[in-house]
Amino acid sequence: MNAPRSFESGVLTEERPGAVMPPQDRWREHKGGLVIVECPQRIPCNPCNTSCPTGAIMPFADINDVPQIDYAKCTGCALCVAKCPGLACFVADLTFGDGLALMKLPYEMLPSPAKGDRVECLGRAGENVCLGRVENVTEPLRDRTRVVHVSVPADKVNDVRAIRVV
Amino acid sequence: MEEIRTDVLVVGGGPAGLSAAAEAASAGADVLIAEGDLHLGGQLVKQSHKFFGSKDEFAGTRGFEIARLLRDEIAQCGDHVKIMLNTTVSGYYPDEKLVTAMVGEEEYVHISPKKIVLASGAQERLIPFPNNDLPGVYGAGAVQTLMNVYGVTPGKRVLMIGAGNIGLIVSYQLLQAGVEVAAILEAMPRIGGYWVHAAKVRRLGVPILLRHSISRAIGGDVVTGAMVCELDEKFAPVGEPQKVDCDTICLAVGLTPSNELLWQAGCKMKYVPFLCGHVPFRDKNMRTSNSDIWMAGDVCGIEEASAAMIEGRIAGMSAAASLGFKVSSENFEGCHARLHNLRAGEVGEKIRIGVSGVTVDGWEANV
Ligand SMILES: Cc1cc2nc3c(=O)[nH]c(=O)nc-3n(C[C@H](O)[C@H](O)[C@H](O)COP(=O)(O)OP(=O)(O)OC[C@H]3O[C@@H](n4cnc5c(N)ncnc54)[C@H](O)[C@@H]3O)c2cc1C
Repeated sequence: MNAPRSFESGVLTEERPGAVMPPQDRWREHKGGLVIVECPQRIPCNPCNTSCPTGAIMPFADINDVPQIDYAKCTGCALCVAKCPGLACFVADLTFGDGLALMKLPYEMLPSPAKGDRVECLGRAGENVCLGRVENVTEPLRDRTRVVHVSVPADKVNDVRAIRVV
Repeated sequence: MEEIRTDVLVVGGGPAGLSAAAEAASAGADVLIAEGDLHLGGQLVKQSHKFFGSKDEFAGTRGFEIARLLRDEIAQCGDHVKIMLNTTVSGYYPDEKLVTAMVGEEEYVHISPKKIVLASGAQERLIPFPNNDLPGVYGAGAVQTLMNVYGVTPGKRVLMIGAGNIGLIVSYQLLQAGVEVAAILEAMPRIGGYWVHAAKVRRLGVPILLRHSISRAIGGDVVTGAMVCELDEKFAPVGEPQKVDCDTICLAVGLTPSNELLWQAGCKMKYVPFLCGHVPFRDKNMRTSNSDIWMAGDVCGIEEASAAMIEGRIAGMSAAASLGFKVSSENFEGCHARLHNLRAGEVGEKIRIGVSGVTVDGWEANV
């Protein structure tokens, strides 16, 4: 069945508070990548902030605030990717080279992909965006939320938000 | 017949009840938890996703892990907490202050508590449509129990009705179990659950159809599909219904408080749509109009485990304090502040309004 790509049904269609792309200058040069957070609704939740080791995800005045990021402090460590209960944090490293970017995506499905696998990269409405290569699979918090490092064409960074093991 | 005596009886061993028991026991009261199920934890044991909220309420931890943390806390209380599993409280007799309960299917017991904390949670709502009695039509709770407690998938391809948090989360859990989700239907023009939960299933290819509902289930002996229709602003069907192939229809259309014992106890009640049903009036320490009865969690209004745990702590402390056990006022203040913060945002607005309509300053008159 066809469902429209609407914000009201859970598809991000444009930047909003809580869903803002990293600043281009720093992003292009920062080894390790920067976090992309897509959390545009005020809900009572703050583990992204409490799990951030550098304070890049800034303290919440009110637990209902949407996350705000100090990109000068973000190291792209992806702890928030592993911790966020909404799976709303992603890291993209634009310095990977060869016209590719390295994305660090949360993954809670089976089977787990392995390094070297080709996986389908999915967009915000589940559409097939491109193929990617799995460069690493980690489980930072040892709690079954894996962080899959997948290289994708650099121009797909704004579209890829999930993978499917095929 | 055996009559069991205790300082505080906690009815229901979900997050609210376990938190209440832990607080009452650590204040020094003897506590009995009566739980109808075969294990403690309530809804938490079925929640394999990570919870929202703040660190104090275990945010970022999976639901069943939170149940384990609460059980550990109870274990720390040693002999102060007794647990009766497979024990369903069936009645309350206010004149004798007597509670009746069934242990298993044969044994009937009397419990004579000084104080009661009722934390019986909620039950599911269902919606009527032709053929909704066909095998293959489930409530979301049953789907979760089958999958996450017993490790059995309910079918191969599911149509989910309702895009509140439960519909969205159970859809995600179905995908994790390798079950296809044909679509999620939502009668309202927007998802009711958290946006991020919707984004999570959308990016895995599950369509969410807003302003859509089910008009009938199809099938002879079992569900083989459903007819799905679009709705107009007045929720009337428009256009031609479409057929969706599926072997399971999962209803996630809301919960309502399991309040029977509160009615029996003669607690002053009010119908509050924002709290999803009839709920008792309460003071800020969760005491009902019956001065022997406190309540906490979904039974006093459908909300979240995070709030249920704090309410449970407040109720447990307050029940113990009423028996003369010492509880510091800082503990109360801390809990009230956390509850206030959780409810402070937009998604807490309905809860705030609902709760303020049934909160009284105090019960001095009948205490
Ligand atoms: C799919 C789903 C996802 C959820 N996700 C979240 C989330 O991410 N974050 C969050 O904070 N909350 C979440 N919740 C909500 C949360 O699970 C509930 O709000 C919470 O469990 C309510 O706690 P409770 O103790 O009041 O009731 P329950 O957990 O329902 O526990 C009630 C207990 O009482 C027992 N009982 C009932 N009647 C009797 C009786 N007469 N005698 C003896 N025992 C009895 C029941 O067997 C049960 O064990 C979710 C719920 C669902 C269904």
